[in-house]
Amino acid sequence: MIDLVQIEKHFEGQVVVHPLSLNIEEGEFLTLLGPSGCGKTTILRMIAGFETPTHGDVVLAGQKVTNLPPNQRDLNLVFQHYALFPHMTVEENIAFGLKMKKMPKPEQKKRIEEAVAMTQLTALTSRYPHQLSGGQQQRVAIARAIANKPKVLLLDEPLGALDLQLRKNLQSELKHLQRSLGITFVYVTHDQEEAMMLSDRIVILNNGKVEQVGTPREIYATPKTLFAATFVGENNIFSSAQGLFAVRPEKLRPVRELEQARVTGVIQDVLYLGNVHKLTVHLDHEPMAVTIALDFTDERPWQIGEKIGVNWSPKDEVVIGA
Amino acid sequence: MRKSKFLMIPVLLWMALFLLIPMIIVVVISFMNRDTLGNVVFGFSLTGYKTFFDSLYLGIYWDTLVLSVVTTVICLLVSYPLAYYIANAAPKIQTWGLVLITIPFWINFLIRTYAWVLLLRTQGIVNSLLLHFGWIQDPVQMLYTKGAVLLGMVYNFIPFMVLPIYVALEQMDKRLLDAASDLGATRWKAFRHITLPQSKSGIMTGCVLVYVSTTGMFVVTDILGGAKSMMISNIIQSQYLGARNWPFGSALSVIFVITSLILILLFNRAMQSKADRVKEGSA
Repeated sequence: MIDLVQIEKHFEGQVVVHPLSLNIEEGEFLTLLGPSGCGKTTILRMIAGFETPTHGDVVLAGQKVTNLPPNQRDLNLVFQHYALFPHMTVEENIAFGLKMKKMPKPEQKKRIEEAVAMTQLTALTSRYPHQLSGGQQQRVAIARAIANKPKVLLLDEPLGALDLQLRKNLQSELKHLQRSLGITFVYVTHDQEEAMMLSDRIVILNNGKVEQVGTPREIYATPKTLFAATFVGENNIFSSAQGLFAVRPEKLRPVRELEQARVTGVIQDVLYLGNVHKLTVHLDHEPMAVTIALDFTDERPWQIGEKIGVNWSPKDEVVIGA
Repeated sequence: MRKSKFLMIPVLLWMALFLLIPMIIVVVISFMNRDTLGNVVFGFSLTGYKTFFDSLYLGIYWDTLVLSVVTTVICLLVSYPLAYYIANAAPKIQTWGLVLITIPFWINFLIRTYAWVLLLRTQGIVNSLLLHFGWIQDPVQMLYTKGAVLLGMVYNFIPFMVLPIYVALEQMDKRLLDAASDLGATRWKAFRHITLPQSKSGIMTGCVLVYVSTTGMFVVTDILGGAKSMMISNIIQSQYLGARNWPFGSALSVIFVITSLILILLFNRAMQSKADRVKEGSA
């Protein structure tokens, strides 16, 4: 659906996005994940047409759109701060894109009805943005975009300004919406949990470079780089003669028989989180701490200051590049 | 709540002292008579208002309205593109633009208006240049015409229009234009449907400021219009200072204040959208 062909972006001599090639499938939920300043929003804006790549091409549905302005691209963007038109009602906001396409009125009405039904805004169509809560404004932003039935929907941290509970609700709504619409979603976020939950595929970005592309499962189970290993989920990084390897906290097992353990250390902290508890263990022979996650079946009493051994199976070691 | 009410008292006193009481005095005097020496004589009379319904004064009244409205419209047409350019320029150009617009205020406006006399009079710079290049054979009468008055008014009040529009445009969320473009709007349509409505408050403020200032201005008419093109404010001034007919001057003031109020209300009504009414209702 979208092909990014060796696109790169420079701002005032600084490379913001290093050459990047990516093929986004039709109907896919793809997430660009990375810390702030990693270039993810710039990539999204290049797809939308607000930025022109310094080199490379953007191909949308087989057509080269690199130099087309946003108003001539068959995709829509949900803005981070919604960018709703304050002087228009919810209905007028949603109708705006349809009006610009000179769609006949009855057709417009049908599209608006569909969009508000899908975003649960039916009761609010005559309200103005300032009369809506943050979550409702977010829904209007999504409705305004999907009413155009774009080939691709781009979302720039759409849930960033909302509180946690609302975010969780909207996350599942978004996923549901994407499945029922069947259109391609390109999603930008810095929240790795959100990315894991929503995406078919995740692109991890750091300093304008792609660290890894893969399904949430691949990213979690077999991170390729140190950044990917530590940015998504918790991880323990060990070094060996061959290089670095990572072991997830839930793959580590604490043992009281020190002579059978691969490493030993002292418990620094015990965190009880309900379904799991976590031990932080300061290692004896390396200047680092590891985290061990234990599920609810483990009822052994762990004490802070206790000396324990840590074991793991070699198959759970994930070798990572530098 | 109680405390905030007390805090209002100084403001209310100030308003009463400098706004309400003078207004009341003007209204009261407008219903009085005067003696032959020009002193105000107490006692109810409608003489001031009756004098107004003379074709001479009605004509001037009409001319004043037309001139004020035309001045406002021309100011708007000139100022909007200027304000738009400044608001969208680089920060450095913005600062310079605003400084250039306010610089004329540093010079007394009487002097600025006299400068126009030097430019426009028969032996003035404009005529000399036109004669020099052979575009005209005889000097054109530019000074002491309605055109000169209009020019002087527009020149003096452009900043009153530029600044409020600039503020409105500057405060507008520019991301709205990205959103409009994303939804398929061309630059012109984004301007028409987003920028223009978003700058409406500035347009309204600017129009009212320019209109009110023009109706009250008598110096420009005196200097650039000569005796011929008088405005209502010139008559009010002469009734107070020259003719010493305070009741008539007051009656004219009252009539014009009421006219202006009605015009401004109608203007606001026309400019107000559904969105504004909702906003007022919920506030």
